[in-house]
Amino acid sequence: MRAVLHVLYLIFNEGYVASSGPHLQRPELSSEAIRLTRALHKLLPDDGEAAGLLALMLLTDARRAARTGPEEELIPLAKQDRSLWDQEEISEGTALITETLSKGSVGAYQLQAAIAAVHAESSRAEDTDWPQILALYGLLKQMSDNPMVMLNHAIATAMVHGPSAGLDLLRTLDEDGRLTGHHRLDAVRAHLLEMAGDRESAIAHYRIAAGRTTSLPERNYLITQAARLSESAPNPGVDERAR
Amino acid sequence: MKYILMMNAMTAGSLYGGASGWQKKDILAHIAFMKSLTQSLVESGELVSTEGLALPDQARIVRAGKDGAPIKDGVFPESKEFLAGFWIVDVDSLERAFQIAARASAAPGPGGVPLNMPIEVRQVMSGPPEELL
Repeated sequence: MRAVLHVLYLIFNEGYVASSGPHLQRPELSSEAIRLTRALHKLLPDDGEAAGLLALMLLTDARRAARTGPEEELIPLAKQDRSLWDQEEISEGTALITETLSKGSVGAYQLQAAIAAVHAESSRAEDTDWPQILALYGLLKQMSDNPMVMLNHAIATAMVHGPSAGLDLLRTLDEDGRLTGHHRLDAVRAHLLEMAGDRESAIAHYRIAAGRTTSLPERNYLITQAARLSESAPNPGVDERAR
Repeated sequence: MKYILMMNAMTAGSLYGGASGWQKKDILAHIAFMKSLTQSLVESGELVSTEGLALPDQARIVRAGKDGAPIKDGVFPESKEFLAGFWIVDVDSLERAFQIAARASAAPGPGGVPLNMPIEVRQVMSGPPEELL
């Protein structure tokens, strides 16, 4: 059962963030994963993790239209136009995870769905209930030894306790080693360094991340972030060239 | 006839070399240009395939060792130019392949100034064999 759920999760994820190729998303894969997981949930309505995975997929897929701009450029969660989120999927996913959690079972997919539901309930990014998300990532971290969970936990920590607390956690990930050389670690570090006001290091890490991702839309996004920060430089030489 | 159009970018100061010195609007204009070029080749039915490549600091040169196992060489930060991406097009004439290459070459750089990147045009060996006498 665990393996089945994991395969469905991987299919969904590949559709949501294609690991290669010019397009960011492959919606047909995500739709198929949702269809199969829905069928599985129907067969096993009492399986909390099957319900949790379905809720997670619905709540994640709901953001699809807001994730890319007109040029297929990547738009991060904080910058998305939330009016484009699919309210039908959000309602279904939220109801499903609320009902599942009320039965008292807890699993990794249910926790991730609960996190997605917290994001979905704020109509503005700045209203996000980060303390609740941090608490959920704390639980998830106890449950699974996944470095990506540690990375997201570091982001939530930064949002609640400030960027230097998040950067401290990234240093433990450096020591952990499993994400060494992975572009996500560099991209998150760049983001937290930017939050901390360390512009030069943030630019450098956005560029390192750009060099390591295998996704073209993601690379475009990361070099654009580096350029945006460079332009905000209090550097007269750069201003001169801009004119 | 099929041709491969190989786009060579400069390691320093190019979008594909890390885009330092580019303004955000320049990057967006460059990406939009490349997308519209690809789209027009799709619409004309001339595009066979196109890919962008990862940055060259990830590149390795591989040779087989005595036991056949891969021997990897790299990294090569000193090279000034590198293959950034390619198009394979199916066109009626070599002239048309040159036209497309020239259009790609003139992709906008910083300040909207055409980059005039070198594009190597090579025929793909996909013609039918002549009947041998």
